[in-house]
Amino acid sequence: MEKKCAIEMKGITKRFGQVTANDSIDLRINRGEIMALLGENGSGKTTLMNMLSGIYQPDEGEIYEDGSRIYIRSPREAYEYGIGMIHQHYKLIEVFTATQNIILGLNDGKMDIAAAEARVKEICSRYGFDIDPGKKVYDMSVSQKQTVEIVKVLYRGADILILDEPTAVLTPQETQKLFRVLRNMKEDGKAIVIITHKLHEVMDVSDTVTVLRKGKYIGTVNTADTDPQALTDMMVGHAVSLNIERPRYPDPQRKLIVEGLTVVDEEGIRRLDSVSFTANTGEILGVAGISGSGQKELLEAITGLYPVKEGSIRFIGSDGSETELVGKTPKKIRETGIGMAFVPEDRLGMGLVGSMGMTGNMLLRSWKNGKGALLRKKDPEALANRIWKDLDVVTPGVDYPVRRLSGGNVQKVLVGREISSEPAVLMTAYAVRGLDINTSYTIYSLLTEQKMKGVAVIYVGEDLDVLIELADRILVLCGGRVAGIVDGRTATKEEIGLLMTHFDSKESGE
Amino acid sequence: MSTENRTPLLRLAKRSEMDPRKVWCIRVASIAIALILGFIPILLTGNNPFAAYGVIVQGSLSRPIYIRQTVKIAVPLLGCALAIAPCFKMKFWNIGAEGQITMGAVAATYFALFWADKLPHFPLLAIMFISGAVAGGLWALIPAFFKAKWNTNETLFTLMMNYIAIGIVAWLQGGPWEGRKGSQLIPMFSDNARIPTVLGVHCGWVIALVLVVLMYIYMNRTKQGYEIAVIGDSVNTARYAGMNVGWIMMRTMFLSGAISGIVGFMIVSGANYTLYSGVANGVGFTSITVAWLSQLNSFAMIAISMMLAILEKGSNTLQTRMEIPASIADIITGILLFCMLSCEFFINYRLIFRHRERKEVNV
Repeated sequence: MEKKCAIEMKGITKRFGQVTANDSIDLRINRGEIMALLGENGSGKTTLMNMLSGIYQPDEGEIYEDGSRIYIRSPREAYEYGIGMIHQHYKLIEVFTATQNIILGLNDGKMDIAAAEARVKEICSRYGFDIDPGKKVYDMSVSQKQTVEIVKVLYRGADILILDEPTAVLTPQETQKLFRVLRNMKEDGKAIVIITHKLHEVMDVSDTVTVLRKGKYIGTVNTADTDPQALTDMMVGHAVSLNIERPRYPDPQRKLIVEGLTVVDEEGIRRLDSVSFTANTGEILGVAGISGSGQKELLEAITGLYPVKEGSIRFIGSDGSETELVGKTPKKIRETGIGMAFVPEDRLGMGLVGSMGMTGNMLLRSWKNGKGALLRKKDPEALANRIWKDLDVVTPGVDYPVRRLSGGNVQKVLVGREISSEPAVLMTAYAVRGLDINTSYTIYSLLTEQKMKGVAVIYVGEDLDVLIELADRILVLCGGRVAGIVDGRTATKEEIGLLMTHFDSKESGE
Repeated sequence: MSTENRTPLLRLAKRSEMDPRKVWCIRVASIAIALILGFIPILLTGNNPFAAYGVIVQGSLSRPIYIRQTVKIAVPLLGCALAIAPCFKMKFWNIGAEGQITMGAVAATYFALFWADKLPHFPLLAIMFISGAVAGGLWALIPAFFKAKWNTNETLFTLMMNYIAIGIVAWLQGGPWEGRKGSQLIPMFSDNARIPTVLGVHCGWVIALVLVVLMYIYMNRTKQGYEIAVIGDSVNTARYAGMNVGWIMMRTMFLSGAISGIVGFMIVSGANYTLYSGVANGVGFTSITVAWLSQLNSFAMIAISMMLAILEKGSNTLQTRMEIPASIADIITGILLFCMLSCEFFINYRLIFRHRERKEVNV
């Protein structure tokens, strides 16, 4: 089948102040093809696609559709050209149903919900989507919300679809489902661009790969003719070893003993059900599981942020004394002198204060220090400066609001602060989500460094490839229960994948 | 599409961080623009705007007595804006300052009416001051408690508390505290219960200026100020850092209400020398404007509250001298608010004109 060119971008340049986000980029998007747009964080992928979806206008360069020059000045105009983008952050009205969200903003005179619903159903069955058009968005899982976004774009007649990191929030199963749908759409002659930095997904789903690096176009290759190593080289400019170092700590001791931990959420659903495990010093304990299997609740329960219904969490001091953590507030735990560090999943919404600079964020751990009512800013400022240098945080200064930093730098600030407290237990939730390869490796080596200092590290992750290379042991959660604990050095992805879905049949039978 | 459809004539781009000095220049410019726009309503009344502005300035600043009266208007605005600032920083929308002022005034009035002949001057004033602060603080604590415990909506709650407070005063006026039977008035305070003057104005202005400095230090240099800023940014982050959010909310609201209560004490004991249901006279609401326009910066509040006071005092003179309705002050205040809020837009975004951009490209 001959590939027909849908969109051609020529010499596209986009600047934001001093920064050139896209530097004279040429790009071809073909119909009946899935193109992966690959690049590290800040390489300009999203900016480039935002110019196709009408959010930005290019400063220089030309865009052609089917050979004729077009100007896209708004998302509405983009739809007129058949271009639709599914953004990383969904833009749905929670209290509306799927159908209401899909027809939102369309003005064709009348509002015929029934007819719209029928068309939604038709689109769904055509491509293999699985949503209930009458379901309210607040009742939906992340993957269902994404489906609504995709159907919304298709409903508007888009035949050029751009997906910005669609798999970042999906489980492996959901990802496979999404890929099946994408392949169906490809068969239907649609042009699809998927922005990502997960290499195995690129290899799995795409036909061609275009690589950007630091705002520049590096090249386009056929997926069949390349391999992850070659793509990584294109992406980062130099070869990055895919091997994560995993040294052995000589003398692991028990540090944290969790027994029969059960937590119940506001609706009375058991989020954790009799979870028991031990975390040891000098060990990275990986936690795997489909998202929403209780990972968040587990870490928050240990740090005192989530109420515990039953069970115990005991901390073993260096002198062998045991301290019960259940029933203690985060403040109390800190006052007891238990060194616990926590890198939460929601970095800006929980781990950091977005409007403050690095110094203000260092204070988050030490603001209580010193006698009297006044803040002590000296030490935090010194710490901020140290982290700025040691971790190469890209920021104009330690007082620059961290909200304005890129995702990787935000995470460096957070991890840097947590490690600086010299914890006995270090917990991280999705520590490398959304980060580029280089920053991810920085984080891995920081965690390993902590482990070799004798810290008990708990690493909640989603990328199984990383887990089996990084973790010493892997605890697999499924539906709030421990499905198994496996040795990271011998476990296989298949084994863990099986455990992740272990209790599913049992659950549905109950 | 024809090739005429290029990029739009005008588009917006988000600015990167701006130099703070430049930001304040833009704010000052927006005030100037507002004053120029203020020409229009004055012209509509058939008067010379320059003359009118002259009268406003003259009527509010040209003689010591005018200045005193202007300061007298500014002091409660400033004090109350300071009271609201920590709540707003915390994103706790306290619009109940009106009621907190009133309750502070009620408590102070109680001692002014029934203890004035039993206590010497300064101890009496001290008790009035403290009781005003405590009453205002407790009044503010009620909605904070419900917010902390059951997450009630603080905006509605604090607003409704205003009307209860005003109702209580109306009852006192016609009932237990009524002076001459049937007058519906509370008697005037004796001299013993009136606060002394400094430079011809009641000493509330000294208290307010001290509060400006204290509030600045509190918000920027203390642990409690830091806690407030963190909660304002993200409640989850505050919880993560081990802060007791409910407790901090209640503490901050008590503080806020206490300052409002002190303002209430200053009004009854320094300006009105009596209590009536309209004692707060909208100060609790106008001070929201002051707090917002000054971006919660204590020192900027001095300028903003003075400016609003000048407008109010000056336009009264305007009414007598040029027969322009005094409500012109409200119109200009409205224009000011509009201009200053829209200038925030230009601080965050910049406009790009089509032809200028093409030039840039060519160069």
